[in-house]
Amino acid sequence: MTIDAIILNKLDNVATALRDIKEGENVKIGLADAETGRKLSETISYGHKFALKKIKIKENIIKYGEIIGCATEEINAGMHVHVHNIESLRGRGDIQSGE
Amino acid sequence: MNFLGYKREYGSVGTRNYVGIISTVVCANEVAQAIADKVQGTAAFVHNQGCCQTQIDIDRVNEVLIGLANNPNIASVVLVSLGCESTNIELVIEGIKAKGKWVEVVVIHEIGGAARTIAEGCLIAQEMVHKASILKREPCPISDLMLGLKCGSSDTTSGLAPNPALGVTSDLIVNAGGTSILGEVTEFIGAEHLLCKHAKSKELEHKILDYVKKMESRAMSVGCDMRGGQPTGGNIKGGLSTIEEKSLGAIAKAGESKIQEVCEYGVKPTKKGLVVMDSPGREPEILTGLAAAGCNIIAFTTGRGAPQGFPFVPVVKITGNKKTWVKMRDHMDINLQEVMDGTLSIPDAGKQILENIIETASGQKTKAEVSGYTRSMNIYTVGPII
Repeated sequence: MTIDAIILNKLDNVATALRDIKEGENVKIGLADAETGRKLSETISYGHKFALKKIKIKENIIKYGEIIGCATEEINAGMHVHVHNIESLRGRGDIQSGE
Repeated sequence: MNFLGYKREYGSVGTRNYVGIISTVVCANEVAQAIADKVQGTAAFVHNQGCCQTQIDIDRVNEVLIGLANNPNIASVVLVSLGCESTNIELVIEGIKAKGKWVEVVVIHEIGGAARTIAEGCLIAQEMVHKASILKREPCPISDLMLGLKCGSSDTTSGLAPNPALGVTSDLIVNAGGTSILGEVTEFIGAEHLLCKHAKSKELEHKILDYVKKMESRAMSVGCDMRGGQPTGGNIKGGLSTIEEKSLGAIAKAGESKIQEVCEYGVKPTKKGLVVMDSPGREPEILTGLAAAGCNIIAFTTGRGAPQGFPFVPVVKITGNKKTWVKMRDHMDINLQEVMDGTLSIPDAGKQILENIIETASGQKTKAEVSGYTRSMNIYTVGPII
């Protein structure tokens, strides 16, 4: 089975690209032995993440079945998920100081 | 399963047989390095510590220098001192002699300058190397391996292929009676609840959480988002968005074994099996900490291609990123791109890493060793430079 992207846990709302994927491409996404398809609305580099469904602002981002941060803006399915639209919930000295 | 190692008189087994030229203070580094550059069969340990620090850090420098000198990959030791540092030379010598190891010290202020100290140090080192070379490798069980676990210059492939594969390797070594040390406490942040499930007792669990809390508080005390520092700029380019995501991939290196002990930085564990050690994630400090704890081999996974090795402990580089394998091939030892392609299972990849580790422990050189990229070293201190 050749897949273009992988979902690591069924709870995840993001998938990881296994090759450079261009905007508008239809990709095969693997989760264990199952496979789904999706059209990507942005170019996603190898190793980067994209949303599997609509993610609301402040909603947790789930990868490996675990929380890796939260959305800082609404993210539509098929969009790139990275530092521009999600943030860490840990080690945040900027939040702690009330800024 | 056996490897060919150097049996030391005090029970540990070396995978290398170097004479260590160890600087006791930042100010003696030039002399230590010059001796090591001149005498074949030596390895220098130089660092930025040993003076103008608070007692907590001076104590740590003393302990770490003793730990490094007592690493089984070191046959005997020349300490290089300036003569006015805070490092307690007598204590360090005592700690090395306690293992029955041959140690000599050259003091720049006493001998009178760099040139004369280098000359004297070289003569001592030459005699030590000659004597060390008599020792031959012998078959040793893999329970004599103390494996250091490290990931660096990570990207998302790290958490998908090499880290879980190294977790399998670590379990195989632990199950055979060996030891495996996981450090990089920064990279527990966001994944500590999963790591704690492996702790053998509540006490160890609390200790792990305490180390994480201290590390996170230190990062937060500067009042900014640590992103850019952790995950690093390179991690972010590689697709890692947050420290939590990096951590969840990083802890996979520890496999499924139970954590038997939680140690301070650079301290030799008293138990075998999986051990957690307090340390940051940066290469010079953690590689040094693992070496001081007694690791005779280190496995280092990388996504983007970290080239760093250590002066006297072989560091095996493992990547799952096919681009990195091609571009950084002169620094990579194991290619796990087949895991990413779906044609190699994680358990088989773990066995492949173990085979390489056994060969490397038996004398096969790593890419870091043959390229001479082996000077990633420094002692992790926590207080200010004063």
